[in-house]
Amino acid sequence: MSQHILLGDEAVALGAVHAGLTGAYSYPGTPASEIMEFLIRFREKKGGFNAFWCVNEKVAFEEALGVSFAGRRAMVSMKHVGLNVAADPFMNAAMTGANGGLVVVSADDPGMHSSQNEQDSRYYAQFAQIFCYEPSNHQEAYQMARESFDISEEVGLPVMIRMVTRLSHSRSGVTSASAREQNPLKRGEWTDWTLLPVNARKRLKILNDMQPKMVALSEKSRFNALRFNGTKSRMGIIASGLGYNYVLENFTNPDEVPPLLKISSYPLPIALVGKLLDEVDEILVVEEGYPFIEKNLGGLFGMKDKNIRGKLSGHLPLTGELSADSVRQALGLTPRPHAVLKDFKPAARPPQLCLGCPHADTFKALNQVLEDYPGSVVFSDIGCYTLGALPPYSAIDTCVCMGASVSMAKGGSDSGIYPAVATIGDSTFAHSGMTPLLDAAAADTNMTVIIADNAAVAMTGGQPTFATGDKLFEIVKGLGVPEEHIRVIIPLPKNAEENKKIMKEEISHKGLSVIIASRECIQETRKRKRSK
Amino acid sequence: MKQDIILAGVGGQGILSIAFVIDNAALKEGYSFKQAEVHGMAQRGGAVQSHLRISDNKIFSDLIPKGETDLILSVEPMEALRYFDFLHPEGTIVTSSNPYVNIPEYPDLQDILERVKNELHVVLVDSDALAKEAGSSKAQNMVMLGAASRFLKLKETSLLEFIKALFQPKGDNMVATNVRAFELGRDAAV
Repeated sequence: MSQHILLGDEAVALGAVHAGLTGAYSYPGTPASEIMEFLIRFREKKGGFNAFWCVNEKVAFEEALGVSFAGRRAMVSMKHVGLNVAADPFMNAAMTGANGGLVVVSADDPGMHSSQNEQDSRYYAQFAQIFCYEPSNHQEAYQMARESFDISEEVGLPVMIRMVTRLSHSRSGVTSASAREQNPLKRGEWTDWTLLPVNARKRLKILNDMQPKMVALSEKSRFNALRFNGTKSRMGIIASGLGYNYVLENFTNPDEVPPLLKISSYPLPIALVGKLLDEVDEILVVEEGYPFIEKNLGGLFGMKDKNIRGKLSGHLPLTGELSADSVRQALGLTPRPHAVLKDFKPAARPPQLCLGCPHADTFKALNQVLEDYPGSVVFSDIGCYTLGALPPYSAIDTCVCMGASVSMAKGGSDSGIYPAVATIGDSTFAHSGMTPLLDAAAADTNMTVIIADNAAVAMTGGQPTFATGDKLFEIVKGLGVPEEHIRVIIPLPKNAEENKKIMKEEISHKGLSVIIASRECIQETRKRKRSK
Repeated sequence: MKQDIILAGVGGQGILSIAFVIDNAALKEGYSFKQAEVHGMAQRGGAVQSHLRISDNKIFSDLIPKGETDLILSVEPMEALRYFDFLHPEGTIVTSSNPYVNIPEYPDLQDILERVKNELHVVLVDSDALAKEAGSSKAQNMVMLGAASRFLKLKETSLLEFIKALFQPKGDNMVATNVRAFELGRDAAV
């Protein structure tokens, strides 16, 4: 037993290491990045397992699946929208099953601190029909990560750990236990892993037959608890994840807590829910994310003679993060007094591109060039350069999902938009931009793709990138973009006139052009200088 | 013992270094703590905060409820005011008096700070000057930690131990500068 100070993400990572992890795979994304950051640091010091940043989440998932096929323990981690990218192997891993323990960590972002939506990964776990843990604190995150591997091997299926930003990025003390050995190599059977219809039909039956067992695991899980505390309240509470903390935060006297069911695993522990329902007329559901439990409870028509309160009923906000305060209101308790600042509102201080950022020079030049083209649209993508949407640049018109800049520019151009410009970072290009560029090259679509190559996954902290510099140039050429229309510029103030000239030339070209704006992220340049 | 603190500033001002020192000092003194921080997009030159809770009891919420904050410790004066609603009606604000202007419409803070000073316990520290005196304008965060140390329910020796641990990898000079910054901040907060 030893004590550590860990982020929630790091608690998950350490739990996996102590569970005999053989391989971990990930693509950077807030709030999940710190899982792999921790694993790589740990491996560099002590070795013993593999930990890799991968080119995207689908690749990461499949590499982890290969580890599981080999009978060894694997973890794949990502932010919630990363699971969309990995949805194909994710859904089918529930079909092949897990040979060695396979744990999928999906970190949701309620409140959209650094994301484009608030999708709730518990729906994915339900969709794939796999077991899912939802920790409410750091110690649980550590323990659940450890135990997820055991459960995965017990039921022969992947297990999900659902994290949320507030736990991922909160730090606290964690007590660890001794580490378990890694599994020996033991390859999977083709009847499980070759999803021809003949095998897939058998596998689907196995997946369905395993459902009652997973409900039973939830029923007996020590992380789920029903407590009556002797209070004669007509109202009971079901609280999951951080929602549980926000409920207890509002009671200084534990004897005053209404009947409370803590849920930390899915499928839902049905019998425990039933026991609570037997005793109360009204249920308040407190959960971070979508009203998942609330919807499951009420179904289409609600519950007869039971009043369900939560996000659907308007007792809690439907969007954004929960807080002790919003839960306090739902509990019907008087708000706490607080200091009030009258007649003053601090000015907003939104995030912005760093002083000296290469993207700033690219956007300034592009904005000036496009002044001559009132019909222009700049389709953009996900990364630091998304901040180009905000003043003083206001340079981009779209940001949807990884790689969509290139494919949307093609669709836009096909439909008459001119000039159709795409801006995408080097890492996002490697992640999901290459395939649409292959499409655009095959059609020689009249569009201009600007790859902002800063040689890093900058927004998430400067993780390594797979396609930068000469290699990036060769990839673009290999995808079929004519070499004379692949232009490399250095986005610096002194090159502004030259860069604008090149942009103008390629926008005028009636066909596909790629401009690689190549200059290292200044944060990375600084880091290198400091470490010298 | 229970103390709820909001650390505030602008991305890059070293809020998380302050948090590192307090977290470790709290753990060393046998307290529980939870410390919620901001990563990712919001870090890039934007407003950042960290809720830091210390207690000898179990801590539930990672975030401090409105009205429960005992102390706002800010490396920037406007940022000190951003989380005002979270402050206890009799809470304390310890803030740098040096604005960090990276937005076009930065307000005049003179009047509002005077007013807040009349209603609450506010300690304003010229962290820029003191950090330079200590040897580096980057040490403003440790100046502010020093100023706040008068209100923290942790021992000064524990805080200093982890300031040293934090800066030791960067050499003895950096340790000396940051310890000095802490001391100057502490002495200025009388």
